Amino acid sequence: MDNKTVTIKINGVEYTVDGGSTILEACRKAGIEIPTLCYMEDVCDEGSCGICVVEVLKARTLQRACITQVFEGMDIKTNTPKVRLARKTIVELILANHPKDCLNCSASEICELRKISYDLGVTETPFEQTKELDLPLDLTSPAIVRDLNKCILCRRCVKVCEVVQSVNVIDIAGRGINSRVSCFMDKGIGESYCTNCGQCIKVCPVGALTEKSDIGRVWDYLSDPTKHVVVQTAPAVRVAIGEEFGMPVGSLVTGQMAAGLRRLGFNGVFDTDFSADLTIMEEGTEFLGRLTKVLGGEEASLPVITSCSPGWIKFIEHYYPKCLPNVSSCKSPQQMFGAVSKTYYAEKMGLDPRNIICISIMPCTAKKYECLRPELDDAFDHWKDKLMLKDEDHFQDVDAVLTTRELGRMMKEGGIDFVNLPDESFDSPLGESTGAAVIFGATGGVMEAALRTVYEVVTEKPLPKIELEAVRGMQGIKKADVPLVKPDGTEIVAKVAIASGLGNARVLLEEVNNGTSPYHFIEIMACPGGCLNGGGQPICDDPNVCEKRASAIYQQDEALTIRKSHDNPEIKKIYEDYFEKPNSHKAHELLHTHYIERDIYEQEKE
Amino acid sequence: MKFYRTHVLVAQDTKSILAGSKRIEETLIEEIKLAGLENEIRVIPTGSLGYSENNQVAIAIYPDNIIYAPVLTSSVKEIVEEHFLKGRIIKALAHPMKHKEISMEERTSENQLNIDVQKRIILKNVGQINPESIHEYIAADGYMALEKALSEMTPESVIEEMKTSELRGRGGAGFPTGLKWQFTRPNPGPTKYVICNADEGEPGTFKDREIMEGDPHKMVEGMILAAYAVGGTDGYIYIRGEYNLSINRLQKAIDACYEYGLLGKNILGTDFSFDLCIHTGAGAYICGEETALINSIEGKRGEPRKKPPYPPSQGLWQKPTLVNNVETFANVPAIINHGGEWYKTLGVEGSYGTKLFSLMGDLNWKGTIEIPFGTTIGKIVDTIGHGVRYDRVLKGIILGGSSGSLIVPGELNTPIDFQSLSRIEAGPGSGSILVMDETRCIVDICLNIAEFFRHESCGKCTPCREGNAQICHLLEMISYGYGLPEDLEKLERIANTMMETSFCPLGQTAPSVLLQALKKFRGEFLAHIDENICPAGVCEINFVEEECSCG
Amino acid sequence: MEEKKHLLEQLHEIQNNDDKHYLPKEKVVELAKKHGYDLAQVYGVETFYTMYSTKPRGKHIIRICENQSCHMANSKKLIRHMEAILNISVGETTEDGFFTLELSSCLGMCSVSPAMMIDEVPYGNLTEDRIDEILATYKEDK
Ligand SMILES: Cc1cc2nc3c(=O)[nH]c(=O)nc-3n(C[C@H](O)[C@H](O)[C@H](O)COP(=O)(O)O)c2cc1C
Ligand code: SF4
Ligand code: SF4
Ligand code: SF4
Ligand code: SF4
Ligand code: SF4
Ligand code: SF4
Ligand code: SF4
Ligand code: FES
Ligand code: FES
Ligand code: FES
Repeated sequence: MDNKTVTIKINGVEYTVDGGSTILEACRKAGIEIPTLCYMEDVCDEGSCGICVVEVLKARTLQRACITQVFEGMDIKTNTPKVRLARKTIVELILANHPKDCLNCSASEICELRKISYDLGVTETPFEQTKELDLPLDLTSPAIVRDLNKCILCRRCVKVCEVVQSVNVIDIAGRGINSRVSCFMDKGIGESYCTNCGQCIKVCPVGALTEKSDIGRVWDYLSDPTKHVVVQTAPAVRVAIGEEFGMPVGSLVTGQMAAGLRRLGFNGVFDTDFSADLTIMEEGTEFLGRLTKVLGGEEASLPVITSCSPGWIKFIEHYYPKCLPNVSSCKSPQQMFGAVSKTYYAEKMGLDPRNIICISIMPCTAKKYECLRPELDDAFDHWKDKLMLKDEDHFQDVDAVLTTRELGRMMKEGGIDFVNLPDESFDSPLGESTGAAVIFGATGGVMEAALRTVYEVVTEKPLPKIELEAVRGMQGIKKADVPLVKPDGTEIVAKVAIASGLGNARVLLEEVNNGTSPYHFIEIMACPGGCLNGGGQPICDDPNVCEKRASAIYQQDEALTIRKSHDNPEIKKIYEDYFEKPNSHKAHELLHTHYIERDIYEQEKE
Repeated sequence: MKFYRTHVLVAQDTKSILAGSKRIEETLIEEIKLAGLENEIRVIPTGSLGYSENNQVAIAIYPDNIIYAPVLTSSVKEIVEEHFLKGRIIKALAHPMKHKEISMEERTSENQLNIDVQKRIILKNVGQINPESIHEYIAADGYMALEKALSEMTPESVIEEMKTSELRGRGGAGFPTGLKWQFTRPNPGPTKYVICNADEGEPGTFKDREIMEGDPHKMVEGMILAAYAVGGTDGYIYIRGEYNLSINRLQKAIDACYEYGLLGKNILGTDFSFDLCIHTGAGAYICGEETALINSIEGKRGEPRKKPPYPPSQGLWQKPTLVNNVETFANVPAIINHGGEWYKTLGVEGSYGTKLFSLMGDLNWKGTIEIPFGTTIGKIVDTIGHGVRYDRVLKGIILGGSSGSLIVPGELNTPIDFQSLSRIEAGPGSGSILVMDETRCIVDICLNIAEFFRHESCGKCTPCREGNAQICHLLEMISYGYGLPEDLEKLERIANTMMETSFCPLGQTAPSVLLQALKKFRGEFLAHIDENICPAGVCEINFVEEECSCG
Repeated sequence: MEEKKHLLEQLHEIQNNDDKHYLPKEKVVELAKKHGYDLAQVYGVETFYTMYSTKPRGKHIIRICENQSCHMANSKKLIRHMEAILNISVGETTEDGFFTLELSSCLGMCSVSPAMMIDEVPYGNLTEDRIDEILATYKEDK
């Protein structure tokens, strides 16, 4: 692109701006607001909505600020009667075919259309409805609800699914006034090959895409006196939930979150970080096992690829089923926690596992799908013979998943004054965790946590510097060579790579698929930036949201005294008391799983 | 070559074939043989003769210059005996214009098609040669321009010649063709595309079809010349899926070119190579827009792309791409043969050459014509169209298709050229002239146009997707008698927003006839709204009122 | 980059070779699998162009033009006539699966309006009588 600067005029004032920038970028730099609906930096520049139009001197028509490049001498007017009338008319045209259900719309807090129509002074809809708004709600997915009657066809979801995630499960179907966002054959999104990553929900400017709420079910469990309801919270939740209550982006609110959960009535307030440490023990051991085998000339699948992101797991099952042997057999921390809560914890507390309800609070919509996978329900199998359970007694390891956003709403409904809550800590025995676990929430975190342990196991020496800067940061793909010197002096160089966002994952996967991958260990997170930017996180227009949440995560890591998983006393204890050692028979029974080939084409033929 | 005393041309365009022209051709050959004239009289299938509008088969006899129409199988024997054997013209069979008395002198083909008003350069061969024979095209000086260019001219000088001619694109926008070629040439290869836009979807436009059915080689030659000039390596003819006959004839033309070394590797023994194939559309008017067309060839939804980048720098598969209309390409051979300066002797300042128009609606004669720029609208209607049908009064003309403009009788003296038309907020557009007589209702016409655009909007951008639907709804209400006084302002507001903010020219021009109608025929809209009557008696408004008879 | 080069042509081929003149799901999935096309995008294409159908249609497809010139030549009346004699509405297929009735944008035959196409064959200067005659010739081939 042209990087020379150019001089332009905006509303009569001269500015010198980068020649490659758009009118929108130039205006934003100059502090001039231009409304947008369809535009999203780096994701969607289709120019479809038309709301951002401005007057450009000598241009035949109004110009779209979001996609029109500036040129030397350009004379722009952003606030003229013509511009205001055009924008207003466009909003009115949208509203003519929009349900206007703001009162019972779960997006009303964040809805950009509602806000724009207020900002532009739209006080009536002069136009009548010209199409039926009778598309049924799409409830086929356990993670996503689609109300396409509310869709304004901005295409942000289509583009994020295509450009960022490379999943391409949705596109526009039909033409003209009959256009709609659609899966193949207009199927439900749950019947299609969506990964449930929820990135589309995050970008939808209106209430057309929302998570499927499980709040009601959780309230029901909480008010059932026969149930012992435990809750686990993922690492990425504590750095984001504050935003739901108006706190600054990147607020670290672990203690308040624990306090709030306790006030909602949970019987045990635990931390997924505990099982994240467990994951490191299991995954690290699995990795070293495979690496040693390969170095010793035996057969084993390398690279090992992490498995804690269910959006990612569904993606590889659909698109690279041949690579499934490379994926670690470890369950995700959420599912490890569920299994442990209904076995180890149940035994320890003397509870009937049937009466334990395990709820998890996740930054993630894909976890809603994950907890329904039947092959993950190991606690039931564990108890089946011992308690003589029948098939109808079946229970899941994790009973319900709430996103960070849902927890925020639930606390509001429960009347919890979150901001003024005191700090409290998690309960024991599944509440203790390490810095290694908390960084799981950022891209590169699992890798860093694993390497902290792997290093010490291999070298039998303490890690000289705990922070591994090479695997941190928001780049989509990161690579590092980590030298490990064994006590006998031989050196292994562990080649590792990290991808976040499925589009980036695809790049690394292509290499694995065609046998050219140079890596030993790969971490993949479905969401760009990792879980801290998960599909269930608060929706926020701060462009640096990922960095801010990540820095809160690293801040918590540093504040913790124990920062390596294998040093976690409760982890040591659970191996002593229960699992014996990582990758033991029992660990395999409860903490590991297998995957399913789901070729998208074969699936669609049925 | 054998010498024939007389040539009989049988129209074999879509419409004539439907009317049975194949059978007429066979019968003619049989009868001529029976009469023993097969060495004197030659039967040639050809493109449209311009007489097929009423489901009739027409034949032309040269050099006698007589058109017989309608010709039935039963009359073939008489033609052979009377005309060919005895040399007597059968007056009763010579084509008379409908609803109009035409003297015998007027019945020669030249007069009937008003060759003095028309000027046939692009259509020179249409109705004269067999479009399926490359020999006949070559005999009519075909591929002479290509030979000249390849042997005597550099690509740059071809472009110079085009620039001298000041030919402007015939696809609608009127962009200078030579300039477009010049922009395309310097962009780096190795692959560069030349695309012929043969989507012809604008309602009321069928002039490109006339070329493709009647003289496909002319367009192909133009494309090869363009490829030579801009450095094109691969060509596509993007043609609408409904044009089966055109597709067949073009395919035959392409096959023949490959056979004769006019396409493929080392054309005419030079270093220049160019491949060409046909790509059929699948029913989407928007695919006539060049970037939507490119998306369509790429196997995508035919939605327009943002510009820049323009196709000459990044088009098909991101490669430099030249897109021109069928008629634009068909102009090229003559320009190369006779020179750009010669071309400028035709037409008027700023609008040189001839232009094809599709003539239709309430006229005595309908079909495709070729006129030099500068001819007035009135002259076309009166002389070539032989006036309004049934001696009715002219109400208005829609010029340039549904996205064109509305001309009223007071503007008939306007010459057809870019400058004069722009003075009345019009343009030649796709080249269609739709004549409406006094019995037509303007609300009904606008509604019909709006329905077209609602159906054809790609749906990508809000103003066009929602605006067209909204306009349709409002016009429907008005035509049913439910219109409100404020509806006209609403229509204007939507129309203006569409013109100002639509993503591509489809949405920008969709409301242009409506906006002009609201100005020029406002009273008629108001009659529907205020008085609940449709002055022309077309809208169903009248029935609505009758329903209220219960008291 | 040229992966979807002939998608439109490929879809035409599937549809032309199908008795019911539509794009059967299995065939489309097969095509997509062979070339690695994304299914949602192929579906977007199938539903964008009016010549494609994702639902089974009749043996013959009738497409009547409803644009300006034909509209002025009273195509509305012909459409109603067609609906009446076939006993179906626009968009439907006759009970015997013989005809599907569709509307079309301008067919480029405006000088012989009103016009229609049955499969690949165009017809112009239509009247109610001529439509009856034409349809009868199809019935004969049955
Ligand atoms: C909605 C729309 C439809 C169009 N349809 C056609 C068409 O059918 N044929 C055509 O040649 N140009 C069509 N055009 C114009 C083309 O975009 C393009 O300008 C033209 O092919 C360039 O060729 P030219 O320079 O030879 O005119 C259309 C444009 C628009 C916006
Ligand atoms: S999407 Fe927005 S505008 Fe629409 S109903 Fe919901 S809150 Fe209201
Ligand atoms: S915003 Fe207005 S309409 Fe909505 S609830 Fe409040 S008062 Fe009612
Ligand atoms: S959840 Fe993810 S995979 Fe599914 S449609 Fe949304 S963006 Fe695409
Ligand atoms: S679902 Fe939401 S993001 Fe997707 S196009 Fe509709 S409004 Fe835009
Ligand atoms: S990184 Fe993601 S998957 Fe892993 S524990 Fe955290 S939230 Fe769960
Ligand atoms: S990256 Fe985290 S939030 Fe995103 S799908 Fe994976 S586990 Fe869920
Ligand atoms: S103006 Fe109409 S045709 Fe053009 S992009 Fe917008 S919706 Fe599509
Ligand atoms: S924000 Fe620019 S067109 Fe939508
Ligand atoms: S799947 Fe789209 S961002 Fe996670
Ligand atoms: S309007 Fe019907 S064929 Fe052109």
